[in-house]
Amino acid sequence: MKLRFSRKQLGIPYAVFLVCFVAAPLLVVLYYAFTNGEGRFTVQNFANFFTSPNTIGTLCYSLAVAVAATFCCVVIAYPTAYILARSNLRRKTVLLVLFIAPMWINFTLRVAALKEVLTVLEGNLAYHPFLNTVLGMTYDFLPFMILPLYTTLEKLDDSYLEAAADLGADGVVTFLKVTLPLSMPGLISGVTMVFLPSMTNYVILDMLYNSTYIMGSLIGSYFNAYDWHSGSMISIVLLAIIFVITWATNGFGEEETSRGAIL
Amino acid sequence: MIKKTIRFSWLALVLLFMYVPVLTLMVYSFTDTSVIGTSGNFSLKNYVTLFTTEELSEMIRGTFVLAVGSAAIAAVLGTVGAIGAFYSRSAGRRALNFLNQIPVVNAEVVTGFSLCVLLIVVFGRSKETFFPLVAGHVVLEAPFVYLSVLPRLKQMDNSIYEAARDLGAGAASALFRVVLPQLIPGIVSGFMLAVTLSLDDYFITTYTKPATFDTISTYVVNATRGSHTEIKTALWALSSVIFVLILAVVLAGNFVTGKRMEGENDR
Repeated sequence: MKLRFSRKQLGIPYAVFLVCFVAAPLLVVLYYAFTNGEGRFTVQNFANFFTSPNTIGTLCYSLAVAVAATFCCVVIAYPTAYILARSNLRRKTVLLVLFIAPMWINFTLRVAALKEVLTVLEGNLAYHPFLNTVLGMTYDFLPFMILPLYTTLEKLDDSYLEAAADLGADGVVTFLKVTLPLSMPGLISGVTMVFLPSMTNYVILDMLYNSTYIMGSLIGSYFNAYDWHSGSMISIVLLAIIFVITWATNGFGEEETSRGAIL
Repeated sequence: MIKKTIRFSWLALVLLFMYVPVLTLMVYSFTDTSVIGTSGNFSLKNYVTLFTTEELSEMIRGTFVLAVGSAAIAAVLGTVGAIGAFYSRSAGRRALNFLNQIPVVNAEVVTGFSLCVLLIVVFGRSKETFFPLVAGHVVLEAPFVYLSVLPRLKQMDNSIYEAARDLGAGAASALFRVVLPQLIPGIVSGFMLAVTLSLDDYFITTYTKPATFDTISTYVVNATRGSHTEIKTALWALSSVIFVLILAVVLAGNFVTGKRMEGENDR
């Protein structure tokens, strides 16, 4: 018994670290979100958020951007992952590496490159803000969608597909009833890895055409204005969205994440 | 045959989308023009600027020192935490898993902002001490080390540890000489992941960094806002160098593991 006890104690430093630097900051943000400058309880911050057309508009716009970017990523990544995982290509892993490698290159450098190229094609990027935002997000997050999809599709057992064919299913039915349901875990983890960053990564827009019309940038602007209370309120709204998505996809229950499987 | 062609063209199109911007910059990094789409003469001036400008080399060095340093701290914390969690009773383990998962799913903006509010606004810690910056990066990285070490612990044969204890090893020495060596692959991949997370981070860095310190991310964002073309084109050279390095490392790593797998299949 004594032996178990001593190893268990090794968890304490990490637990203390997580409480101090993960839990405590969030509790402080929660406190700030519900207080005003004098430290008194208030829901005014939230009332302001949900009544101001600017902030509520930003929320809706961010959701639209995130949905569109996630959709584009799925549409591009699914066939790509499928082809990579299911066909007998020679040098398959080398090809896969080519599709995944961009995620190791600093994203600001890649977005800067995208900006240069888009400027040549379009001229002023601010003329098509929504298109360019979605394009930028898709470009940046695509590898994060391809990898989890590839991992699940690769593990897919061929005998299921053969069984479906034996039972008379054609290609489309097999895909819809067998392949797609079995690849759901990969799809879900890909979606969470694209959707959330799309709502919060305001640097991509900022770099592309100096826009700040997305949820994350509200935090940035309140931060620059030293308005901790409103910034905290936005953080809480984002946390709530993140919590709902994570809970819905059971991200708290799983110990392994697809991001952890990158290497 | 047609199917094969369609598959190939699809893959080629996606690769084009992913690589054209970076490759374009790479071509233009060898010219003296500062506007993409115009023609220029061959020149290495961007590379000269990149390697001789004090400001740039200091920024690059700072980025890597921060990444490796914070990743080392995260590797120690995450590994020790994972070992502790693995041997804890289920309530403790579940609590630790839950806390560990928060930074993983949380938006980096929120992580950075909340840390900044706690350390700087509430406790009045100065950003100039680098403490908030390093703490922020460790918060970002340690959970991933934890997540990559934990599966290794589960795979481990516990009887080896028991055998070491039976043969007279103390708890500490059994841990260091029996358990830890088996975890090394997990720790290494966690460490590598931590380094890349730190290198890629923008949000936590902006909220916690000292005013005069820049990482590649924050520097690039400022540079694209500015009109300093000499710096801008030098960053093209930086992109190209990083791109080639990453591709070389990743392909080499792939080659090595591929060889190893072949060797295992032969046996």
